[in-house]
Amino acid sequence: MAVKVYGKPQAVCPQRVMHCLVEKGVPFEFVLVDIDAMEHKRPEYMEKHPFGQVPFIADGDFELFESRAIVRYFAAKYADRGPNLLGRTAEERAKVEQWLDVEAISYSPCAFTIVFNLFLLPIRGLPGNKGEAVAAMEKLDKVLEVYEKQLSRTKYLAGDEFTLADLTHIPVTRYIVEHCGLAYLLDDKPHAKAWWEDVSRRPAWKKVMSFVASGASFYAP
Amino acid sequence: MAVKVYGAAMSTATVRVLLCLEEMGAEYELVPIDFSTGEHKSPPHVARNPFGQVPAFEDGDLMLFESRAISRYVLRKYKASGPDLLREGSLEESAMVDVWLEVEAQQYDKAISAIYIETVIKPVFFGGVPDEKVVAESAEKLGKVLDVYEARLSKSKYLAGDFLSFADLSHIPYTHHIVAGPQASLFESRPHVKAWWESLASRPAYKKVTTGTPTS
Repeated sequence: MAVKVYGKPQAVCPQRVMHCLVEKGVPFEFVLVDIDAMEHKRPEYMEKHPFGQVPFIADGDFELFESRAIVRYFAAKYADRGPNLLGRTAEERAKVEQWLDVEAISYSPCAFTIVFNLFLLPIRGLPGNKGEAVAAMEKLDKVLEVYEKQLSRTKYLAGDEFTLADLTHIPVTRYIVEHCGLAYLLDDKPHAKAWWEDVSRRPAWKKVMSFVASGASFYAP
Repeated sequence: MAVKVYGAAMSTATVRVLLCLEEMGAEYELVPIDFSTGEHKSPPHVARNPFGQVPAFEDGDLMLFESRAISRYVLRKYKASGPDLLREGSLEESAMVDVWLEVEAQQYDKAISAIYIETVIKPVFFGGVPDEKVVAESAEKLGKVLDVYEARLSKSKYLAGDFLSFADLSHIPYTHHIVAGPQASLFESRPHVKAWWESLASRPAYKKVTTGTPTS
């Protein structure tokens, strides 16, 4: 039975999960949850996901939520195929987890605030909060300075191989760069810029973008 | 050589790492970082933690930051000498640990840390007064999260399953402070949450690490 991913394909967190599955060559069915109609806050959905968020996955009988827990699960389950996403030694694993936490705690909260105010609200015809967006941009810029330092020492965040630590950044960064006009934040950070160009050109990520654009329900490697 | 933790007793993130070291009976050295002199932003410390935060962790040539990543490393390194708090022998159990660690970091932490900043950090370190509106809003948010925990803990003994894990312990640092104040009622009024907390607070590692940390 194929993995089922529940969510909205344009949303950042489900895209993280899809990217991991594609990197590992795992087929899946994408089941639409109608966020705009607040389906994710209805009791039937919240039976599965007590916080009423997306994504939610079912791998046979095993069900999970929280996209970073989900990608860790698939990266471990399919450790023997595709790229090594978790590091090869205890020390490398610790570095992967360190940068996963940085993404979750320092990077994404700023990035989400920007995307929410400069993209998500405007496309719904609602005013975004420019002050909040600007404050978040300044914070993100400082975070990216730390990334620039790290990426001048290693090709990817946790070392010289692409791992989950890089993967979890990609969906929200694409929104920042392509939909919020903030590509310039990388212009004075040559290593971070090169890292972004590299990870966003990964074949697996391009397949995720094609899948989302196609509106298909089933992905097969 | 003992591992080193660079941190501060009032730093909930530092306490998270210390709890794990104590649970595993590990030898460690706590190197205090003095926030009052700006030591956390000094070049030597920024070399350890590029965000100028605590904790940082040193094991020989390995330098790490982010308390949950450090904690996971510690729990693996000393696996033979303490409880199995990551359950990495089982794909599904370890995934459940990861789920509730994410919930702790994303949902629980956001609500409870605001209460901690207003009711502990502001008065103790800045001689300030809590913003009661922020406290009330955060308490309401925390209450909603704890409703989910109450439902979860009525079905399983601990968060990730019927086994204690790092997902439970990761809640200790902030909760320790909050249950000493008026928001304790949020925990007292939810019987499964209350029992869960009392179980965590009875652990020797908890008592060892939290003795001497001011709660108000």
